[in-house]
Amino acid sequence: MKNILEYLELSAQKYMTKTAFTDEMKELNYCQCVEYSKKVGTQLLELKAKRQPIAVLMDKNVESLTCFFGVVYSGNFYVVIDSFMPKDRIEKIFKTLCPIALISDYAHQDLARSLHQQVYFYEDLMKIEIDEEALQAVRNQMIDTDPLYALFTSGSTGVPKGAVVSHRNVINYASWYKETFDINEKTQFGSQTPFYFSMSVSDVYSTILAGATLHIIPKKLFSFPIKLIEYMNEKKVNTIYWVPSALCIVANLKVLNYADLEYVDKVLFAGEVMPTKQLNYWIDKLPHAMFANLFGPTETTDICTYYIVDRKFNDDEVLPIGKACQNCDVFLLDENDQEVLDNREGELCARGSFLALGYYNNEEKTKEAFVQNPLNKSYPEMIYRTGDLVKYNEYGELIYITRKDFQIKHMGYRIELGEIEAAVNSLAKIQNCAVIFDEESDKIVLIYTGKIVDKEIMEGISHKIPHYMYPNVIVKMKVMPYNQNGKIDRKWLKGHYKEIGGK
Amino acid sequence: MEELLDILNGLKPGVDFENEKNLIEDRILDSLDVMNLTVELNDEFDIEITPLDILPENFKSVEAMYALITRLQDEG
Repeated sequence: MKNILEYLELSAQKYMTKTAFTDEMKELNYCQCVEYSKKVGTQLLELKAKRQPIAVLMDKNVESLTCFFGVVYSGNFYVVIDSFMPKDRIEKIFKTLCPIALISDYAHQDLARSLHQQVYFYEDLMKIEIDEEALQAVRNQMIDTDPLYALFTSGSTGVPKGAVVSHRNVINYASWYKETFDINEKTQFGSQTPFYFSMSVSDVYSTILAGATLHIIPKKLFSFPIKLIEYMNEKKVNTIYWVPSALCIVANLKVLNYADLEYVDKVLFAGEVMPTKQLNYWIDKLPHAMFANLFGPTETTDICTYYIVDRKFNDDEVLPIGKACQNCDVFLLDENDQEVLDNREGELCARGSFLALGYYNNEEKTKEAFVQNPLNKSYPEMIYRTGDLVKYNEYGELIYITRKDFQIKHMGYRIELGEIEAAVNSLAKIQNCAVIFDEESDKIVLIYTGKIVDKEIMEGISHKIPHYMYPNVIVKMKVMPYNQNGKIDRKWLKGHYKEIGGK
Repeated sequence: MEELLDILNGLKPGVDFENEKNLIEDRILDSLDVMNLTVELNDEFDIEITPLDILPENFKSVEAMYALITRLQDEG
């Protein structure tokens, strides 16, 4: 197989009218999904373009999925634009991307027209008659290294970077995901992450590969956890792959003390460090479920290493990120680009079929991260440098330490900010925390939320970390700032911690 | 009521909490806000808002939240 659409069509042949995707309003079966996608694809053929970016601006619903596949039917690749993204960010993305067209729906008409000259509306596309022959001609020319989508992540300079991911990447990645977590035709996914976030790629494509069903959980339900649980039970959701902050809402409010998740037997997470305390709450409530920590960047399609929880962890222990996925190799390089084979730390590097093609229209950033394997002088071999520092523990499992840029030197000591965070997070009354380093004043700054005072925190961590790692500034916040992908916004905190009370 | 407004303004500055009647539908408060607000209200008013009370109708406006707090204080 060379094209992701073959998997979709195969599932349509095999499962016909079985539900593929649902959202709050609608359900779509496999046959409808193929039909609607082909309608979109047929109309886009008039653009007479190959391997060009087409943006999709819609809410997270079943219709948007048929637009993604429709773009692929036309021989091009899709870029997901969230309807709640600030317009400024969309414009920045479009500046790099130069999409040849934009697909939207009537609900977003004004915004869509203000962004692009060539706009297609979903409602109109559904009136198109499918041209099977023309679609087949396009398919015959496609190969597995053709781009499937580009996904924009925030760049350190403020200009978003678009990782271009190919059919081959997703076929390899989703096959691993399906095998490892036994995604099958009985799987009922409860999808939490936005479609412009790499984690959703796992949900969507493993669903197609396995003939499973994916339920888009309305975002607002995460505000009202009992309704969330009821919705998941109603849809018989048995598998979730969420960001830790979503799992933490359920744990912090002790939601599962009040309502049972009747079907969930797989809880997977990625995107940031899962605090062990909140994970232990979930494990306690769902003792028979499989729990797995997945790790990786958008540039390796979504994930490059994983760890299936197989033993007990104390609240102050850190969860490993485990080992490399099938058909994806990872290794560690030290400062001199030598391979690290013992228990020293090194930069995590990945090679193999999960590696994205590079950043769209950004040769400079591509060359920085996608490089020739320094261990191979004999033939061209691309690796991706993740910028993450990791090391092996005594079980031979990989442990995430920090971002390379987060490792700091303070009073002559090399310090991992993540280690301080783990110590603070293990305190019972801490709800959430972030530790940043202000280079200018040489100060370690702790920002936290929770019903606890500074003195208690310092007492608590004094048993866990050495004195040189103690925070110099402590700021209590009512609410943590999060960025668009639901991660703590450390960049913002660094620029603003003084205004919010830190001296 | 004053105290509640202080908390809300501290949590999300720049929102006209006195006049906004659809804090949830209008996406002014998101899921993390509701969680943080719950923890904060429990703390400040010495009540226990359980997940059973975390419903849109109890968080849609200042009045609704105030009614919830008063009810839980009476029950406690």
